[in-house]
Amino acid sequence: MALQDQTLPLPGIVPDRIGSDRTDHLLVAGMVEPGSRVLDVGCGDGELLQLLESRGIDGRGIELSREGVNRCVAKGLAVVQGDADTDLVNYPDDAFDYVILSQTLQATRQPRVVLENLLRIGRRAIVSFPNFGFWKMRLQLLIGGHMPRTENLPATWYDTANIHFCTIKDFVELCDEINVKMERAVALDLYGRPVPLNLPWWVWNMFGEQGVFLLSRGGKGK
Amino acid sequence: MTNVHSIPSPSIQSGDRAHEADHPTSLLATFGADEPLRLDCGVDLAPFQIAYQTYGELNADRSNAILICHALTLDQHVANVHPLTGKAGWWEIMVGPGRPLDTDRYFIICSNVIGGCMGSTGPASTNPATGKAWGLDFPLITIPDMVRAQAMLLDRLGIETLLCVLGGSMGGMQVLQWTAAYPERVFSAMPVACATRHSAQNIAFHELGRQAVMADPDWHHGRYFEQDTQPHRGLAVARMAGHITYLSDAALHRKFGRRMQDRELPTFSFDADFQVESYLRYQGSSFVERFDANSYLYLTRAMDYFDIAADHDGVLAKAFAGIKTRFCVVSFTSDWLFPTSESRALVHALNASSARVSFAEIETDRGHDAFLLDVPEFFDISRAFLESAGKARGLKTGG
Repeated sequence: MALQDQTLPLPGIVPDRIGSDRTDHLLVAGMVEPGSRVLDVGCGDGELLQLLESRGIDGRGIELSREGVNRCVAKGLAVVQGDADTDLVNYPDDAFDYVILSQTLQATRQPRVVLENLLRIGRRAIVSFPNFGFWKMRLQLLIGGHMPRTENLPATWYDTANIHFCTIKDFVELCDEINVKMERAVALDLYGRPVPLNLPWWVWNMFGEQGVFLLSRGGKGK
Repeated sequence: MTNVHSIPSPSIQSGDRAHEADHPTSLLATFGADEPLRLDCGVDLAPFQIAYQTYGELNADRSNAILICHALTLDQHVANVHPLTGKAGWWEIMVGPGRPLDTDRYFIICSNVIGGCMGSTGPASTNPATGKAWGLDFPLITIPDMVRAQAMLLDRLGIETLLCVLGGSMGGMQVLQWTAAYPERVFSAMPVACATRHSAQNIAFHELGRQAVMADPDWHHGRYFEQDTQPHRGLAVARMAGHITYLSDAALHRKFGRRMQDRELPTFSFDADFQVESYLRYQGSSFVERFDANSYLYLTRAMDYFDIAADHDGVLAKAFAGIKTRFCVVSFTSDWLFPTSESRALVHALNASSARVSFAEIETDRGHDAFLLDVPEFFDISRAFLESAGKARGLKTGG
C-alpha cells in the first residue's frame, strides 16, 4: 500500500479540542486548500463549516436532520436538508473542489455509491469514519461477546443509525476496488491524536479510533 | 323552511375602495406615456402607477434595501395600519425595530403588485381612455410583469441592487422571478412557501374561486362598479375556498374541531352551526371589504401562468445558471398548497447551478399561512440569513 504520509497540522496535541475546534475538524480543514469550494455532507450543527468559512473557504452543507439544518441556517451557513443516499445524485459533476463526509459513511445505506458520488461531485473527497478494527472494539467483541459500544458510538446495536461499519483496512480495500486514489491517510487515536505515521498498517487498524482520508479520482486504468 | 344565513354584505363602502385604487394612502410612483410597462401579453401599459410603502432609511451607499413581495390577497401595508380595514399591517411581527427585518438597519420597500387594487394600476383603477374602471378591459398580467414594474420602481428610487428580495406564496414566485430576470440586482433572495410553477391542483383551486366570482349575478361580466354593486357573495366563496387551502387539517382541527358556534345542539338548518363555518363566513365577508373581485381574477391568473422552467427551455437550472445570489429557501411541513417537495425541486435546480443556497423545512401544523404567523424558528432563520447577507455585502453590523 503506497501512501503519501505528510506531517500533520497538529504540533501540540491536546485531546479532543484545540481552542473551540475539534481536532478531527482541524485535521480535515487542514487538508482543504484555501479558496476552495467545499460541500460538507452530513454537516450536523455546522461546526466544521464554520471553521472552514473562518478560513475563507466557500462552504456548503447537506444535513439529514431538520434541527441540524435549521441551526446551521440560523448561523448563516448555506445548508440544505437532504440525504447522502438519495440527494447527491442531484449535484452536477465537478461542482466542488472537495466533498467532505465526516463520520457519516457508516450511516449510509450504500457507502460504495455514496463514495463514488463524492468523487463525481468533487475533485477530491475527505472521508472520516470510526474504525471498527480499533482494539477496544475488537476486545469488546472478542472478550465481552458484545457488539462494541464506545464513547463516540454509544448507541446499542438495535437503535444505532450506523448500519455499515468497516475497518480502516476494509475502507482501503474499497478504495482500491473502485479505483480511488488515497492522497493522504491519517488515523486518530481515542483522544483525537494522530497515530504515529512511521508505524505499519496493522497498527493503524488496531490503534486508530477513526480514519481520515483525503481521496482523489484514481489514475489507474481499468 | 330552513333558516339560511348567507354571507353578510360588506360594511366598507365600495366607493372607499375605488378611491383607494386611484388615490392610495401610500407613496406613489407614476409612469407616463413615455415609460410604458411592457406586459408579457404584448400590451404596453401606459400610463400606470405603483403604490408602495417604505420603512427604515436608505443608507448612504444604498446597500441596505430589502424588497418584500406580497402574496395574492395582501398588499403593500406591511407594517402600518391598513387604510381600509384599520387593522395592523400583515407582517408587523416580522418588520420593525429589532424585528428580523429590522427597520433600524434596513430600508424596506413593499409595493402593491400591478393588477392589485390598493393603488397600483389594476382592473379597479380608472382607465384613462374611458374615465371608468378598467374591469376586464385591463390586460392580463403575469408574475414577470409584476417584477418588471417593481424594477421600474427601484430605478425610480435610485436603487440598483437589493440586499434581499423576500416573500411568501405569490410573493415567493416574484422573488424567484427577480433572481431569474435580474440576478445582478439581487444580492440575496428568500423565497418562502412557494414553487417555481403553479401546480395543476393549485390552478384547479383558483379556477374554483374565479368561477364563484363569475357565477355571482352581481359580477355583471366584470362591470359591477357601473351597477353600483359588487359580487361580494362570489368573492367571499372564492376566499373561503382559498382560505381552506392556506390552513391544514390539523390546524382546523386544533382551532375548531367539531365545536358548535354559540349553541349546544345543531339547529337542523343551514345556519353556521359549527365554529369552522362561522369562521369561514367571517373570512369571506371581511375579505370582500378590502379586495376587488376582478383583481382576484387577474392575480390568480398570473399565478396560474407562472412556470419559470417553461421560460428557460423547460430546464429549471438554466433559469439560475451562474447566479451569484445567495438563496434561503423555506417551506413548512404542513403546507399542502406549496408542499416541501416543490421547494426541494427548486433547491436541486439551484444546486445544479452551483448557487449558494440554504434550505430549511420548518415543522408546524399551521399550513401554508405559517409564514404570516408567529413561528419563532422562521424568524430566527430570516434574521440570521439577512445578517449573513448583510455581512457578506459589507453592511455594518449592529446599530
